[in-house]
Amino acid sequence: MKNNKLKILTNGIIRENPVLVLVLGTCPTLAISTQAINGLGMGISVLVVLTCSNIMISALKRIIPDTVRIPCYIVVIATFVTMVQLVLKAFVPALDKALGVYIPLIVVNCIILGRAEAFASKNSVVDSMLDGIGMGLGYMLTATVMACIRELLGNGTIFGKVITAGTITPFTIMIMAPGGFFVFGVLIAVVNKLTKGKVAEKCQNKCLGCPGAAFCSEVQKEGGEEA
Amino acid sequence: MSLSAVFYIVLSAIITNNYVLAKFLGICPFLGVSKKLDSAMGMSVAVIFVMVIATAVTWPIQTYLLDKHGMGYMQTIIFILVIAALVQMIEIFLKKYIPALHKSLGIYLPLITTNCAILGVCVLNIDNGYGFLQSMLNSFGSGVGFLLAMFLFAGVRSKIETNDYPEAFKGVASTLIAASITSLCFLGFSGMLENIFGM
Repeated sequence: MKNNKLKILTNGIIRENPVLVLVLGTCPTLAISTQAINGLGMGISVLVVLTCSNIMISALKRIIPDTVRIPCYIVVIATFVTMVQLVLKAFVPALDKALGVYIPLIVVNCIILGRAEAFASKNSVVDSMLDGIGMGLGYMLTATVMACIRELLGNGTIFGKVITAGTITPFTIMIMAPGGFFVFGVLIAVVNKLTKGKVAEKCQNKCLGCPGAAFCSEVQKEGGEEA
Repeated sequence: MSLSAVFYIVLSAIITNNYVLAKFLGICPFLGVSKKLDSAMGMSVAVIFVMVIATAVTWPIQTYLLDKHGMGYMQTIIFILVIAALVQMIEIFLKKYIPALHKSLGIYLPLITTNCAILGVCVLNIDNGYGFLQSMLNSFGSGVGFLLAMFLFAGVRSKIETNDYPEAFKGVASTLIAASITSLCFLGFSGMLENIFGM
């Protein structure tokens, strides 16, 4: 039993890493990973929102009617996002400014809605909390690692500390938009290589757990039939 | 507002501040629906449509309701609910009155609620302090920018699908690298509009 709980917790960190394996929540990850501190800040915000909303939704799962569950989930998530937003504004205004519009956009982050739909609505409060923490940590680690790589290559620093001064000329392109896509693509390729494509085949491109997944595959199928 | 200001807002939303390739909003549909040109176009038209209508509704709500009563902090909750309800209403309306349009856009509409580009454009219009007309222009331009990115990328993807690349890069990884190169092309436009319009 105890083993099972540990498995739920570690699932999100490695085996089903939300960003690199499930490819969910790509937009904020790409956008904010220009500096390690931003990646960490965004990661912590997502961790808090994900854990709280998982607990809340799992506790309310018997009360929420099935037909209107998605709007209900969105309200719960938006509430926690607003709380995080206000806390950031009050205590770390610099981070709030750096993350900007991507904080309110946590609401439409498919990791959170996806976990609510796929896990919290079916499991107990404790399990949902562990799942939220695991997935949140997985997101936080990925965002931070990616931000560290981009900051190191693009600016020669990590968390503001100068690392490669004088040895490598920083290439600014890495902290601009194309660098984001590039580093993310290479990271996914590395994960593919390490897992030998086993996980990838199962999960990738299926947006597992995303409520839009059904529509996605429908769109792709229909596109295929027309062509 | 002068004509050059109009062009400046629209063109910068389309080219230099492209929502997908420069601001990373709406990456999910960008990667998910760009495999076929037809569905990429359908999705983009639906996005333009909803973006403009969502801005037309959320801007007055923020200005005349939330700001007036000091409830600016409710922005996130109100906006996402308004957008979700709006998308649902548009779908019902189209189904009843314009079935032809519903047939071509219908399947993309439910996806749009969770598209961060829509909420993003509504929030950014407020953050940038745009007036109503400027907001509408910015939303339209952003939508067209999304269409342009989808259109170009659908073409790029149809080429890379047939190529032979390392095993590990199959799937999303190669798509992202291709997106990186497409985004690099758009970076070449930076500063161009400022020079043309002298802003």
